[in-house]
Amino acid sequence: MDHFPTNWGRPRNDAFDAYGTYPIHQRAPVKDTFAEGVQHTQQPIVTGTSVLAIQYKDGIMMAADNLASYGSLARFKDVRRLHAVGTSTVIGASGDMSDFQAIQSILDDLVTDEFTHGDGHDLGPAEVHEYLSRVMYARRSKINPLWNSLLVGGFRDGKRFLGYVDLLGTTYSAPSIATGYGAYIAIPLLRAAVDGKQDQLTEENAKKILHECMRVLFYRDARSLDKYQIATVSAAGVTISDQIQIETAWGFAEGIRGYGAQTQ
Amino acid sequence: MPDGSFAHPQQRQFNPYTDNGGTILAIAGADFTVIAGDTRQSEGYSIQTRYAPKVFRLTDRAVLAVNGFAADGNMFVKKVKQRLEWYRHAHAKDMPLRAIARLIQTMLYAQRFFPYYVYNILGGIEEDGSGAVYSFDPVGSYEREACRAAGAAQSLVQPFLDNQIYFKNQKAAPGTSHPTHLPLSDVLSIVIDSFTSATERHIEVGDGLEIYVVVARGRSPQGIEGIRGVQELSAQPNGDRTFILRRELKKD
Repeated sequence: MDHFPTNWGRPRNDAFDAYGTYPIHQRAPVKDTFAEGVQHTQQPIVTGTSVLAIQYKDGIMMAADNLASYGSLARFKDVRRLHAVGTSTVIGASGDMSDFQAIQSILDDLVTDEFTHGDGHDLGPAEVHEYLSRVMYARRSKINPLWNSLLVGGFRDGKRFLGYVDLLGTTYSAPSIATGYGAYIAIPLLRAAVDGKQDQLTEENAKKILHECMRVLFYRDARSLDKYQIATVSAAGVTISDQIQIETAWGFAEGIRGYGAQTQ
Repeated sequence: MPDGSFAHPQQRQFNPYTDNGGTILAIAGADFTVIAGDTRQSEGYSIQTRYAPKVFRLTDRAVLAVNGFAADGNMFVKKVKQRLEWYRHAHAKDMPLRAIARLIQTMLYAQRFFPYYVYNILGGIEEDGSGAVYSFDPVGSYEREACRAAGAAQSLVQPFLDNQIYFKNQKAAPGTSHPTHLPLSDVLSIVIDSFTSATERHIEVGDGLEIYVVVARGRSPQGIEGIRGVQELSAQPNGDRTFILRRELKKD
Protein backbone atom coordinates (compact mmCIF):
# COMPACT_ATOMS: atom_id res chain seq x y z
CA MET A 1 0.00 0.00 0.00
CA ASP A 2 1.36 3.41 -0.96
CA HIS A 3 0.66 5.74 1.94
CA PHE A 4 1.37 8.94 -0.02
CA PRO A 5 -1.94 10.22 -1.50
CA THR A 6 -0.10 12.39 -4.05
CA ASN A 7 1.16 9.19 -5.69
CA TRP A 8 -2.31 7.63 -5.99
CA GLY A 9 -3.53 7.23 -9.54
CA ARG A 10 -0.19 8.25 -11.04
CA PRO A 11 1.95 5.95 -13.16
CA ARG A 12 4.48 4.08 -11.13
CA ASN A 13 8.11 5.32 -11.24
CA ASP A 14 9.94 2.25 -12.45
CA ALA A 15 13.29 3.74 -11.60
CA PHE A 16 12.35 3.61 -7.93
CA ASP A 17 11.28 0.38 -6.29
CA ALA A 18 9.15 1.83 -3.47
CA TYR A 19 8.20 -1.53 -1.99
CA GLY A 20 11.55 -3.26 -2.30
CA THR A 21 9.92 -5.89 -4.56
CA TYR A 22 13.05 -6.63 -6.57
CA PRO A 23 15.61 -9.04 -5.19
CA ILE A 24 18.35 -7.13 -3.37
CA HIS A 25 21.05 -7.75 -5.98
CA GLN A 26 18.90 -6.26 -8.76
CA ARG A 27 18.02 -3.02 -6.97
CA ALA A 28 19.60 0.29 -7.98
CA PRO A 29 22.76 0.79 -5.93
CA VAL A 30 22.22 3.08 -2.97
CA LYS A 31 24.58 6.05 -2.82
CA ASP A 32 26.41 5.81 0.48
CA THR A 33 28.05 9.09 1.43
CA PHE A 34 30.36 7.31 3.87
CA ALA A 35 31.26 4.44 1.55
CA GLU A 36 34.86 5.57 1.48
CA GLY A 37 34.87 6.51 5.14
CA VAL A 38 35.08 9.90 6.75
CA GLN A 39 38.34 11.53 5.72
CA HIS A 40 40.49 12.91 8.51
CA THR A 41 43.85 14.63 8.43
CA GLN A 42 46.28 11.88 7.35
CA GLN A 43 49.35 14.03 7.04
CA PRO A 44 50.32 17.67 7.40
CA ILE A 45 50.22 19.70 4.14
CA VAL A 46 51.48 23.24 4.66
CA THR A 47 53.98 22.95 7.48
CA GLY A 48 56.06 25.04 9.82
CA THR A 49 59.40 23.72 11.06
CA SER A 50 61.02 23.94 14.52
CA VAL A 51 59.98 26.17 17.41
CA LEU A 52 62.55 26.85 20.15
CA ALA A 53 61.85 28.09 23.65
CA ILE A 54 63.85 28.63 26.83
CA GLN A 55 63.32 29.90 30.35
CA TYR A 56 65.47 32.82 31.49
CA LYS A 57 65.81 35.05 34.56
CA ASP A 58 62.69 37.17 34.00
CA GLY A 59 60.42 34.77 32.10
CA ILE A 60 60.50 32.79 28.89
CA MET A 61 61.58 33.37 25.30
CA MET A 62 60.39 31.60 22.16
CA ALA A 63 61.60 31.67 18.55
CA ALA A 64 60.17 30.43 15.25
CA ASP A 65 60.98 31.31 11.66
CA ASN A 66 58.48 32.82 9.20
CA LEU A 67 58.30 29.98 6.68
CA ALA A 68 55.38 27.72 5.86
CA SER A 69 56.49 24.95 3.48
CA TYR A 70 54.43 22.94 0.98
CA GLY A 71 56.47 19.78 0.95
CA SER A 72 59.92 20.91 -0.09
CA LEU A 73 58.57 24.12 -1.63
CA ALA A 74 59.12 27.26 0.44
CA ARG A 75 55.50 28.35 -0.12
CA PHE A 76 54.71 31.18 2.34
CA LYS A 77 57.61 33.29 3.58
CA ASP A 78 55.82 35.74 5.87
CA VAL A 79 53.90 33.48 8.21
CA ARG A 80 53.65 34.22 11.93
CA ARG A 81 53.98 31.02 13.96
CA LEU A 82 54.10 32.74 17.36
CA HIS A 83 50.75 33.81 18.76
CA ALA A 84 49.87 35.66 21.96
CA VAL A 85 46.99 34.21 23.98
CA GLY A 86 45.62 36.66 26.57
CA THR A 87 48.12 38.90 28.36
CA SER A 88 50.65 36.46 29.81
CA THR A 89 50.93 33.57 27.35
CA VAL A 90 52.42 32.88 23.97
CA ILE A 91 52.12 29.74 21.85
CA GLY A 92 54.39 28.63 19.01
CA ALA A 93 53.45 26.01 16.44
CA SER A 94 55.21 23.61 14.16
CA GLY A 95 53.37 21.16 11.93
CA ASP A 96 50.24 21.84 9.89
CA MET A 97 49.59 25.56 9.58
CA SER A 98 45.87 25.28 8.84
CA ASP A 99 45.40 23.20 11.99
CA PHE A 100 47.37 25.88 13.84
CA GLN A 101 45.02 28.57 12.54
CA ALA A 102 42.09 26.50 13.81
CA ILE A 103 43.81 26.33 17.21
CA GLN A 104 44.35 30.11 17.15
CA SER A 105 40.66 30.76 16.65
CA ILE A 106 39.67 28.21 19.33
CA LEU A 107 41.99 29.95 21.81
CA ASP A 108 40.91 33.47 20.81
CA ASP A 109 37.28 32.45 21.32
CA LEU A 110 38.21 31.00 24.70
CA VAL A 111 39.94 34.23 25.77
CA THR A 112 36.91 36.26 24.62
CA ASP A 113 34.51 33.98 26.53
CA GLU A 114 36.64 34.32 29.63
CA PHE A 115 36.77 38.13 29.24
CA THR A 116 33.00 38.51 28.83
CA HIS A 117 32.44 36.84 32.20
CA GLY A 118 33.92 40.02 33.64
CA ASP A 119 34.88 38.27 36.88
CA GLY A 120 38.41 39.64 36.94
CA HIS A 121 39.92 36.23 36.14
CA ASP A 122 41.83 35.44 32.98
CA LEU A 123 43.82 32.51 31.66
CA GLY A 124 47.51 32.14 32.38
CA PRO A 125 50.01 29.92 30.55
CA ALA A 126 49.38 26.85 32.76
CA GLU A 127 45.65 27.02 32.06
CA VAL A 128 46.15 27.53 28.31
CA HIS A 129 48.55 24.56 28.25
CA GLU A 130 46.10 22.34 30.15
CA TYR A 131 43.24 23.37 27.86
CA LEU A 132 45.31 22.81 24.72
CA SER A 133 46.45 19.39 25.88
CA ARG A 134 42.80 18.43 26.53
CA VAL A 135 41.87 19.55 23.00
CA MET A 136 44.83 17.76 21.39
CA TYR A 137 44.26 14.51 23.37
CA ALA A 138 40.53 14.56 22.62
CA ARG A 139 41.22 14.96 18.89
CA ARG A 140 43.79 12.14 18.82
CA SER A 141 41.29 9.94 20.67
CA LYS A 142 38.82 10.55 17.83
CA ILE A 143 41.61 9.56 15.41
CA ASN A 144 41.25 13.05 13.95
CA PRO A 145 44.34 14.82 15.24
CA LEU A 146 45.38 18.45 14.96
CA TRP A 147 48.76 17.82 13.33
CA ASN A 148 50.98 20.09 15.41
CA SER A 149 53.70 20.21 18.02
CA LEU A 150 53.01 23.26 20.15
CA LEU A 151 55.00 25.13 22.76
CA VAL A 152 53.19 27.14 25.40
CA GLY A 153 55.16 29.69 27.38
CA GLY A 154 54.32 32.47 29.76
CA PHE A 155 54.91 34.38 32.94
CA ARG A 156 52.32 34.96 35.62
CA ASP A 157 52.22 35.68 39.35
CA GLY A 158 56.00 35.77 39.45
CA LYS A 159 56.36 32.30 37.92
CA ARG A 160 57.50 31.20 34.47
CA PHE A 161 55.88 28.39 32.58
CA LEU A 162 57.13 26.47 29.58
CA GLY A 163 55.30 23.43 28.26
CA TYR A 164 54.91 21.20 25.21
CA VAL A 165 51.91 19.44 23.70
CA ASP A 166 51.65 17.51 20.43
CA LEU A 167 49.18 15.73 18.16
CA LEU A 168 49.12 12.68 20.46
CA GLY A 169 48.31 14.76 23.53
CA THR A 170 51.78 14.09 24.95
CA THR A 171 52.81 16.85 27.36
CA TYR A 172 55.86 17.85 29.37
CA SER A 173 57.72 20.88 30.62
CA ALA A 174 61.44 21.59 30.81
CA PRO A 175 63.79 24.60 31.05
CA SER A 176 64.48 24.39 27.30
CA ILE A 177 62.25 22.78 24.67
CA ALA A 178 62.41 22.51 20.90
CA THR A 179 60.07 20.92 18.37
CA GLY A 180 60.81 19.24 15.06
CA TYR A 181 64.37 19.37 13.73
CA GLY A 182 65.23 21.68 16.62
CA ALA A 183 64.82 18.75 19.01
CA TYR A 184 67.86 17.16 17.35
CA ILE A 185 69.98 20.19 16.45
CA ALA A 186 69.11 22.99 18.88
CA ILE A 187 68.38 21.05 22.08
CA PRO A 188 72.00 20.01 22.75
CA LEU A 189 73.06 23.67 22.40
CA LEU A 190 70.14 24.96 24.49
CA ARG A 191 70.56 22.39 27.29
CA ALA A 192 74.25 23.26 27.60
CA ALA A 193 73.51 26.99 27.73
CA VAL A 194 70.27 27.08 29.73
CA ASP A 195 69.44 24.06 31.92
CA GLY A 196 70.32 24.75 35.53
CA LYS A 197 71.22 28.36 34.76
CA GLN A 198 67.68 29.68 34.12
CA ASP A 199 67.76 31.98 37.14
CA GLN A 200 70.96 33.73 36.09
CA LEU A 201 70.34 33.99 32.34
CA THR A 202 69.74 37.60 31.25
CA GLU A 203 67.34 38.66 28.52
CA GLU A 204 70.26 39.76 26.35
CA ASN A 205 72.03 36.40 26.68
CA ALA A 206 68.84 34.43 26.16
CA LYS A 207 68.21 36.29 22.92
CA LYS A 208 71.81 35.66 21.83
CA ILE A 209 71.50 31.89 22.50
CA LEU A 210 68.25 31.63 20.53
CA HIS A 211 69.71 33.66 17.66
CA GLU A 212 72.70 31.32 17.48
CA CYS A 213 70.42 28.26 17.46
CA MET A 214 68.21 29.75 14.73
CA ARG A 215 71.35 30.34 12.67
CA VAL A 216 72.54 26.75 13.10
CA LEU A 217 69.06 25.52 12.19
CA PHE A 218 69.01 27.66 9.06
CA TYR A 219 72.34 26.15 8.01
CA ARG A 220 71.16 22.55 8.55
CA ASP A 221 67.35 22.41 8.26
CA ALA A 222 66.31 22.44 4.59
CA ARG A 223 62.75 23.53 5.54
CA SER A 224 63.85 26.66 7.41
CA LEU A 225 64.17 30.35 6.62
CA ASP A 226 66.70 33.03 7.54
CA LYS A 227 63.91 35.25 8.87
CA TYR A 228 62.41 34.65 12.30
CA GLN A 229 60.68 36.24 15.28
CA ILE A 230 61.26 36.08 19.01
CA ALA A 231 58.51 36.23 21.61
CA THR A 232 59.38 37.37 25.12
CA VAL A 233 57.06 36.93 28.08
CA SER A 234 57.98 38.50 31.41
CA ALA A 235 56.32 40.58 34.13
CA ALA A 236 56.05 43.29 31.46
CA GLY A 237 53.71 41.09 29.37
CA VAL A 238 53.99 39.54 25.93
CA THR A 239 56.20 41.06 23.23
CA ILE A 240 56.56 39.50 19.80
CA SER A 241 59.49 41.02 17.95
CA ASP A 242 59.70 42.26 14.40
CA GLN A 243 61.24 39.90 11.89
CA ILE A 244 64.92 39.28 12.52
CA GLN A 245 67.29 38.54 9.63
CA ILE A 246 69.93 35.84 10.10
CA GLU A 247 73.33 36.77 8.65
CA THR A 248 75.01 33.79 7.01
CA ALA A 249 78.33 33.13 5.34
CA TRP A 250 78.57 30.30 2.85
CA GLY A 251 82.17 30.86 1.82
CA PHE A 252 83.30 27.73 3.63
CA ALA A 253 81.20 25.62 1.26
CA GLU A 254 83.66 26.37 -1.54
CA GLY A 255 86.34 24.28 0.13
CA ILE A 256 84.22 21.26 0.99
CA ARG A 257 85.17 18.14 -0.92
CA GLY A 258 84.19 14.55 -0.47
CA TYR A 259 80.40 14.61 0.04
CA GLY A 260 78.13 12.28 -1.91
CA ALA A 261 78.75 12.22 -5.66
CA GLN A 262 81.34 14.97 -5.54
CA THR A 263 84.52 13.21 -4.54
CA GLN A 264 87.18 15.33 -6.26
CA MET B 1 53.02 0.15 2.39
CA PRO B 2 51.97 3.52 0.95
CA ASP B 3 54.15 4.23 -2.13
CA GLY B 4 52.32 7.21 -3.65
CA SER B 5 51.07 5.19 -6.61
CA PHE B 6 47.49 5.47 -7.86
CA ALA B 7 47.48 1.91 -9.26
CA HIS B 8 46.07 0.39 -6.12
CA PRO B 9 44.31 1.67 -2.98
CA GLN B 10 46.59 3.24 -0.41
CA GLN B 11 46.11 2.97 3.33
CA ARG B 12 47.76 5.40 5.68
CA GLN B 13 46.94 5.18 9.32
CA PHE B 14 47.47 7.75 12.04
CA ASN B 15 49.02 5.96 15.00
CA PRO B 16 47.42 7.29 18.19
CA TYR B 17 50.06 5.72 20.45
CA THR B 18 53.71 6.19 21.28
CA ASP B 19 56.12 4.83 23.88
CA ASN B 20 57.59 7.32 26.34
CA GLY B 21 60.02 4.91 28.05
CA GLY B 22 60.87 4.85 31.74
CA THR B 23 60.49 2.18 34.36
CA ILE B 24 58.43 1.72 37.52
CA LEU B 25 58.72 -0.71 40.40
CA ALA B 26 56.93 -1.58 43.65
CA ILE B 27 57.80 -3.89 46.56
CA ALA B 28 55.53 -4.79 49.48
CA GLY B 29 56.91 -5.29 52.98
CA ALA B 30 55.08 -6.74 56.00
CA ASP B 31 53.66 -3.36 57.05
CA PHE B 32 54.95 -0.98 54.40
CA THR B 33 55.13 -0.61 50.62
CA VAL B 34 57.71 1.05 48.41
CA ILE B 35 56.64 2.43 45.00
CA ALA B 36 59.24 3.98 42.72
CA GLY B 37 59.73 5.30 39.20
CA ASP B 38 62.37 7.19 37.24
CA THR B 39 61.54 10.68 35.97
CA ARG B 40 62.82 10.61 32.39
CA GLN B 41 60.32 11.02 29.56
CA SER B 42 61.55 10.15 26.09
CA GLU B 43 60.34 9.55 22.58
CA GLY B 44 62.54 7.58 20.23
CA TYR B 45 66.15 8.54 20.94
CA SER B 46 65.22 12.00 22.27
CA ILE B 47 64.88 12.88 25.94
CA GLN B 48 61.85 15.13 26.11
CA THR B 49 62.28 16.09 29.76
CA ARG B 50 64.37 14.97 32.71
CA TYR B 51 61.53 15.48 35.14
CA ALA B 52 58.07 14.06 34.40
CA PRO B 53 56.70 12.19 37.45
CA LYS B 54 55.26 8.71 36.87
CA VAL B 55 54.33 7.97 40.50
CA PHE B 56 51.27 9.62 42.05
CA ARG B 57 49.83 9.69 45.56
CA LEU B 58 46.13 8.79 45.39
CA THR B 59 45.07 8.62 49.07
CA ASP B 60 46.78 8.47 52.48
CA ARG B 61 47.48 4.77 51.88
CA ALA B 62 47.57 4.31 48.10
CA VAL B 63 50.18 5.27 45.51
CA LEU B 64 49.88 4.61 41.77
CA ALA B 65 52.77 4.26 39.31
CA VAL B 66 51.95 4.57 35.62
CA ASN B 67 54.20 3.66 32.70
CA GLY B 68 53.87 3.45 28.91
CA PHE B 69 52.20 6.11 26.73
CA ALA B 70 52.51 9.27 28.83
CA ALA B 71 49.42 11.07 27.47
CA ASP B 72 47.21 8.06 28.28
CA GLY B 73 48.93 7.70 31.66
CA ASN B 74 48.28 11.29 32.70
CA MET B 75 44.67 11.09 31.57
CA PHE B 76 44.17 7.79 33.37
CA VAL B 77 45.60 9.09 36.66
CA LYS B 78 43.42 12.19 36.34
CA LYS B 79 40.32 10.04 35.98
CA VAL B 80 41.24 7.67 38.83
CA LYS B 81 41.80 10.67 41.12
CA GLN B 82 38.44 12.08 40.08
CA ARG B 83 36.65 8.79 40.87
CA LEU B 84 38.38 8.67 44.27
CA GLU B 85 37.25 12.23 45.02
CA TRP B 86 33.65 11.31 44.14
CA TYR B 87 33.96 8.28 46.45
CA ARG B 88 35.16 10.57 49.25
CA HIS B 89 32.20 12.90 48.76
CA ALA B 90 29.75 9.97 48.72
CA HIS B 91 31.15 7.93 51.63
CA ALA B 92 33.16 10.40 53.75
CA LYS B 93 36.23 8.13 53.72
CA ASP B 94 39.03 7.09 51.40
CA MET B 95 38.50 4.11 49.14
CA PRO B 96 40.31 0.99 50.45
CA LEU B 97 43.29 -0.27 48.44
CA ARG B 98 41.69 -3.48 47.15
CA ALA B 99 38.68 -1.45 45.99
CA ILE B 100 40.95 0.99 44.15
CA ALA B 101 42.55 -2.03 42.48
CA ARG B 102 39.15 -3.30 41.28
CA LEU B 103 38.21 0.25 40.19
CA ILE B 104 41.36 0.45 38.09
CA GLN B 105 40.53 -2.91 36.50
CA THR B 106 37.04 -1.79 35.45
CA MET B 107 38.32 1.57 34.23
CA LEU B 108 40.97 -0.14 32.10
CA TYR B 109 38.63 -2.80 30.77
CA ALA B 110 36.04 -0.15 29.86
CA GLN B 111 38.60 0.91 27.25
CA ARG B 112 39.13 -2.67 26.06
CA PHE B 113 38.74 -1.79 22.36
CA PHE B 114 40.80 1.44 22.46
CA PRO B 115 43.03 0.73 25.44
CA TYR B 116 45.01 3.09 27.63
CA TYR B 117 48.51 1.99 26.59
CA VAL B 118 49.77 1.99 30.17
CA TYR B 119 51.09 -0.51 32.69
CA ASN B 120 49.86 0.34 36.20
CA ILE B 121 51.35 -0.68 39.52
CA LEU B 122 49.32 0.19 42.60
CA GLY B 123 50.98 0.06 46.00
CA GLY B 124 49.89 0.86 49.53
CA ILE B 125 48.47 -0.45 52.75
CA GLU B 126 45.58 -2.93 52.85
CA GLU B 127 42.78 -2.61 55.44
CA ASP B 128 44.44 -5.31 57.57
CA GLY B 129 47.59 -3.16 57.75
CA SER B 130 49.71 -5.28 55.40
CA GLY B 131 51.78 -3.86 52.58
CA ALA B 132 50.34 -4.67 49.15
CA VAL B 133 51.25 -4.34 45.48
CA TYR B 134 48.74 -4.76 42.65
CA SER B 135 49.97 -4.91 39.06
CA PHE B 136 47.85 -4.48 35.93
CA ASP B 137 48.16 -4.97 32.20
CA PRO B 138 46.76 -2.29 29.81
CA VAL B 139 43.31 -3.91 29.60
CA GLY B 140 42.83 -4.52 33.31
CA SER B 141 44.05 -8.04 34.16
CA TYR B 142 45.48 -7.72 37.66
CA GLU B 143 46.81 -9.61 40.65
CA ARG B 144 48.20 -8.90 44.08
CA GLU B 145 51.92 -9.58 44.38
CA ALA B 146 54.87 -8.92 46.66
CA CYS B 147 56.88 -7.15 44.01
CA ARG B 148 56.65 -6.04 40.39
CA ALA B 149 58.67 -4.07 37.85
CA ALA B 150 57.16 -2.67 34.64
CA GLY B 151 58.17 -0.54 31.70
CA ALA B 152 61.23 -0.24 29.50
CA ALA B 153 63.60 -2.03 31.89
CA GLN B 154 61.14 -4.61 33.20
CA SER B 155 63.18 -7.38 31.61
CA LEU B 156 66.29 -6.17 33.43
CA VAL B 157 64.76 -5.47 36.84
CA GLN B 158 62.18 -8.23 37.36
CA PRO B 159 64.68 -11.14 37.33
CA PHE B 160 66.79 -9.25 39.88
CA LEU B 161 63.68 -8.82 42.06
CA ASP B 162 62.76 -12.50 41.68
CA ASN B 163 66.20 -13.33 43.01
CA GLN B 164 66.42 -10.74 45.78
CA ILE B 165 62.78 -10.62 47.00
CA TYR B 166 61.46 -14.10 46.22
CA PHE B 167 64.95 -15.70 46.71
CA LYS B 168 64.55 -17.60 43.44
CA ASN B 169 67.57 -19.83 42.69
CA GLN B 170 68.92 -19.22 46.18
CA LYS B 171 69.30 -21.90 48.83
CA ALA B 172 69.01 -20.92 52.48
CA ALA B 173 71.93 -21.85 54.71
CA PRO B 174 71.45 -25.24 56.42
CA GLY B 175 69.02 -25.00 59.31
CA THR B 176 67.70 -21.58 58.25
CA SER B 177 64.95 -20.33 55.92
CA HIS B 178 64.46 -17.28 53.73
CA PRO B 179 62.59 -14.38 55.39
CA THR B 180 59.03 -13.83 54.07
CA HIS B 181 59.42 -10.06 54.25
CA LEU B 182 62.48 -7.82 54.11
CA PRO B 183 63.09 -4.79 56.34
CA LEU B 184 62.62 -1.33 54.80
CA SER B 185 66.33 -0.50 54.59
CA ASP B 186 66.99 -3.67 52.53
CA VAL B 187 64.05 -2.90 50.23
CA LEU B 188 65.24 0.67 49.65
CA SER B 189 68.74 -0.56 48.79
CA ILE B 190 67.28 -3.05 46.31
CA VAL B 191 65.10 -0.35 44.71
CA ILE B 192 67.97 2.12 44.34
CA ASP B 193 70.31 -0.60 43.00
CA SER B 194 67.62 -1.70 40.51
CA PHE B 195 67.35 1.79 39.07
CA THR B 196 71.07 2.57 38.97
CA SER B 197 71.61 -0.74 37.16
CA ALA B 198 68.70 -0.18 34.76
CA THR B 199 70.11 3.30 34.07
CA GLU B 200 73.47 1.76 33.13
CA ARG B 201 71.98 -0.71 30.67
CA HIS B 202 68.83 0.94 29.30
CA ILE B 203 68.84 4.21 27.36
CA GLU B 204 65.27 5.12 28.31
CA VAL B 205 65.91 5.00 32.06
CA GLY B 206 67.67 7.71 34.05
CA ASP B 207 67.75 11.37 35.15
CA GLY B 208 65.89 11.12 38.47
CA LEU B 209 64.35 8.61 40.85
CA GLU B 210 61.25 9.15 42.98
CA ILE B 211 60.60 6.61 45.74
CA TYR B 212 57.36 6.68 47.71
CA VAL B 213 57.20 4.78 51.00
CA VAL B 214 53.84 4.09 52.67
CA VAL B 215 54.04 2.86 56.27
CA ALA B 216 51.01 1.33 58.01
CA ARG B 217 49.40 3.15 60.91
CA GLY B 218 51.06 2.56 64.27
CA ARG B 219 54.03 0.72 62.68
CA SER B 220 57.62 1.85 62.91
CA PRO B 221 58.89 3.78 59.90
CA GLN B 222 62.14 1.84 60.49
CA GLY B 223 64.37 4.89 60.61
CA ILE B 224 63.35 6.29 57.22
CA GLU B 225 63.07 9.77 58.75
CA GLY B 226 66.84 9.78 59.23
CA ILE B 227 67.62 9.16 55.55
CA ARG B 228 69.08 12.08 53.60
CA GLY B 229 66.51 14.17 51.76
CA VAL B 230 63.39 12.32 52.94
CA GLN B 231 60.20 14.35 52.97
CA GLU B 232 56.99 13.34 54.76
CA LEU B 233 53.77 13.89 52.79
CA SER B 234 51.18 12.68 55.33
CA ALA B 235 49.18 15.35 57.15
CA GLN B 236 48.83 13.63 60.54
CA PRO B 237 51.60 11.35 61.89
CA ASN B 238 49.18 9.04 63.77
CA GLY B 239 47.58 7.61 60.59
CA ASP B 240 49.25 5.81 57.67
CA ARG B 241 52.38 7.73 56.77
CA THR B 242 53.72 8.49 53.30
CA PHE B 243 57.29 9.55 52.63
CA ILE B 244 59.04 10.55 49.44
CA LEU B 245 62.68 10.02 48.75
CA ARG B 246 64.36 11.56 45.70
CA ARG B 247 67.64 10.44 44.14
CA GLU B 248 69.58 11.54 41.09
CA LEU B 249 70.26 9.01 38.35
CA LYS B 250 72.81 9.30 35.56
CA LYS B 251 71.67 11.69 32.84
CA ASP B 252 73.56 10.24 29.84
